[in-house]
Amino acid sequence: MSAKLHDIEALQAPEPHMHYERPGKTGLMDWLTTVDHKKVGVVYWAAGAFFLLVGGLEALLFRIQLAVPDNDFMGGETFNGLVTMHATTMVFLAIMPMTAGFANFLVPLLIGARDVAFPRLNAWSLWTFLGGALVINASFLFGGPPAAGWTGYAPLTGPEFGGTGIDFWWSGLALLSASSMAASINFIVTILNMRAPGMTLLRVPVLGWMMLVIQFLLALSFPPVTVGLILLGFDRMFGTTFYNVSMGGDPQLWQHLFWLFGHPEVYVLILPAMGIVSEILPVFARRPLFGQTAVIFSGIFIGFVGFGVWAHHMFTAGMGPVADAAFAATTAIIAIPTGVKIFNWLGTLWGGKMTYPTPMLFAIAFIPIFTLGGLSGLMHAAAPLDLQQHDSYFVVAHFHYVLVGGALLGLFAGTYFYFPKVTGRMMSDGLGKAHFWLFLIGMNITFFPQHMLGNEGMPRRIYTYPADAQWDLYNMLGTIGVIIMTVAMLIFVYNVIVSVKKGAIAGRDPWDAATLEWLTESPPKVQNFDFTPIVLSERPVWDHKYTEGMEIIAPEKGESFHMPSYSWKPMISSGFVLMLIIGILLNTFMPGNWLWIVAALAAVGVVGSVWAWVSEPV
Amino acid sequence: MSAHAAEAADLIDHGHAGDDGHGHDELVENNYMKVPNVKLAIWTFLGSECMFFGSLIATYFFYLDKSIGGLLPKEVFSIGITSISTFILLTSSFTMAMAVDTAKSGLMSKSRNWLLITALCGATFVGFQVYEFWHFVHLGLTLQTSLFGSTFYVMTGFHGAHVSVGVIWLLMVAKLVHSGKIPAERAVFVESAGLYWHFVDIVWIVIFTFVYLLEFAK
Repeated sequence: MSAKLHDIEALQAPEPHMHYERPGKTGLMDWLTTVDHKKVGVVYWAAGAFFLLVGGLEALLFRIQLAVPDNDFMGGETFNGLVTMHATTMVFLAIMPMTAGFANFLVPLLIGARDVAFPRLNAWSLWTFLGGALVINASFLFGGPPAAGWTGYAPLTGPEFGGTGIDFWWSGLALLSASSMAASINFIVTILNMRAPGMTLLRVPVLGWMMLVIQFLLALSFPPVTVGLILLGFDRMFGTTFYNVSMGGDPQLWQHLFWLFGHPEVYVLILPAMGIVSEILPVFARRPLFGQTAVIFSGIFIGFVGFGVWAHHMFTAGMGPVADAAFAATTAIIAIPTGVKIFNWLGTLWGGKMTYPTPMLFAIAFIPIFTLGGLSGLMHAAAPLDLQQHDSYFVVAHFHYVLVGGALLGLFAGTYFYFPKVTGRMMSDGLGKAHFWLFLIGMNITFFPQHMLGNEGMPRRIYTYPADAQWDLYNMLGTIGVIIMTVAMLIFVYNVIVSVKKGAIAGRDPWDAATLEWLTESPPKVQNFDFTPIVLSERPVWDHKYTEGMEIIAPEKGESFHMPSYSWKPMISSGFVLMLIIGILLNTFMPGNWLWIVAALAAVGVVGSVWAWVSEPV
Repeated sequence: MSAHAAEAADLIDHGHAGDDGHGHDELVENNYMKVPNVKLAIWTFLGSECMFFGSLIATYFFYLDKSIGGLLPKEVFSIGITSISTFILLTSSFTMAMAVDTAKSGLMSKSRNWLLITALCGATFVGFQVYEFWHFVHLGLTLQTSLFGSTFYVMTGFHGAHVSVGVIWLLMVAKLVHSGKIPAERAVFVESAGLYWHFVDIVWIVIFTFVYLLEFAK
């Protein structure tokens, strides 16, 4: 670090003038009524991390069942419930909200904004997400969890076969869908319209870009599954015939509506992790991201083509050779932009002055592990091969390499990288490395043998297997790996809790990084920036620190900011939406007029709270 | 370097950022897309809604003529009555456009009146739909009867729900215009409600043409 470092503190413009409609709250009330994107982001991340542990615990339980053949640790129904909840939790309640946490905290900072476009709507998304998470998990207390698999294929979910857990499942997912759609609109407007002066679209950091792409995916892919869930709900509540085969209904309708959402959803999970890795690699290789524009356009391309590949989940459903060939081709095309990204990451590292703190370890590991998952995905693109692999453990191995080795490693990298910005303190590097190595070893021990299990014919979603199938060794390895990952996660949780209070003070820019968020204090003030930054390149803070004549321009006198005040309206409004779902659940247990009474009250409540919302000064 | 210096000077000269002085949700509206935040949000929302109604309408056509038993579309549809309600809904798009136009010209009380007329048209359309549902049920077509019953009621029902939400939205905007909380310089809030209203109308044009009229062209 011999290069000249300007003193960022010297950039402190005169204190800005802040004005609020209402004085702020403190303590718990502050968190309940906050509209600050940073606090909303922290709650999202914490909720996601909590459910990551819950989902992990569910996995640990069913891995114990699968450790040895002919095991009777749990019955088939319990196993089905745990597998369904494990996947639903990990996708919707762990990875998505952790991603949302990064989006909320970082996007306004990355683009030099003071908050998101609609701060109260942002809080509404948070509470609605928490409501949905609550509903889905409440199934454990009332009548048992859903057990139809996270894909919820008809007719397993129908009134005939699906238990009461399905009602919690579909209505909770509908809430999550509403939350995601509101958030996606909010972030699209934020990123498109609220960038700092000079930040043209191609100067938006890659992480900001990937967040923008996934918001489009969320906005356009959630409606089909919402329709699918509503049709399912109508079948279950009112006896409609959408998925009822005896009335001419076609279960494939659900599969199309679900995967039209489900495959873009995969990119919703992985693109932010790619964005995080694209931010971290340049910082610790001390080189700008190789081909940043190509990385951005690859992400856009993945998002675009991601809408044309959904039926590769349905090769065994009998769609016919034309559809199979078309979807096989589009699926194979996705490998091209993904490959572009991988080579750009490698190009970034090539000849870099590398250092290896914990975030860099996770980011580097992301590349080969994710590539393994990507390659087995490419194998599935070949329809004839996929017919053999469908619903086998090979598929399980594939998507765990993508989602654990890809999305989750990326999110861990981001957690270690941005923790100092969020809390003002560093996480312990020693504990971080222990977490990294144990987790990496554990996940490979668990998921790599599952490729072989799949090739040997073990189907997914079976709760036990006979000894003469000779699947013992790989299954035992899987369970051992999960135990190692559990230990790694305990170290991670301990690290987070201890570091929040006792970590080393980080300062503004502990990693000597390149983008605008490192210009702010750690943790950033409520207004983020004391002055409006002017951006003249993709790496404004590096340019500022290391280039002659590239100053970050601070105004001579303090600006005047109107910051949004706290508000109860988002939580109240979200609460009335939750009430509607409670009406639906009451209908499950006490059929009768409950639904209509509660729904009418909820509708009045929603209208009233929205009126209070729009007429409230902010 | 000189290019950068020139760019920076340009950005400073032409002003940047700052709140828009209206005291609503938009904090810093740099307005890169030349569209106000609220309007951009509504456009995005409508994109999402296209996928929603697209899925519902696709479901209807996926199941068209696949019903086992039950009444056929031709046996229940009454083109005359639905044409009247369609005419009323389409007229409301005109009155909505007048509301937006008058709001932009600062004629706020006129804008409020046009908004109320639009809401009245919307409510009338919903009234027609309630009658239509009631009538069809009495003919013997219910949600449970057949695929046609299920898909028809859910698709048109969700459209009716959207019209109802639009009516409430328009009434709220009318009240805000009336109380002066939406002055001429915030006419974008009237315009945003208008975008939603026109979208709901367009969806109905699609449904009326392909679900109702095509039945009689076959």
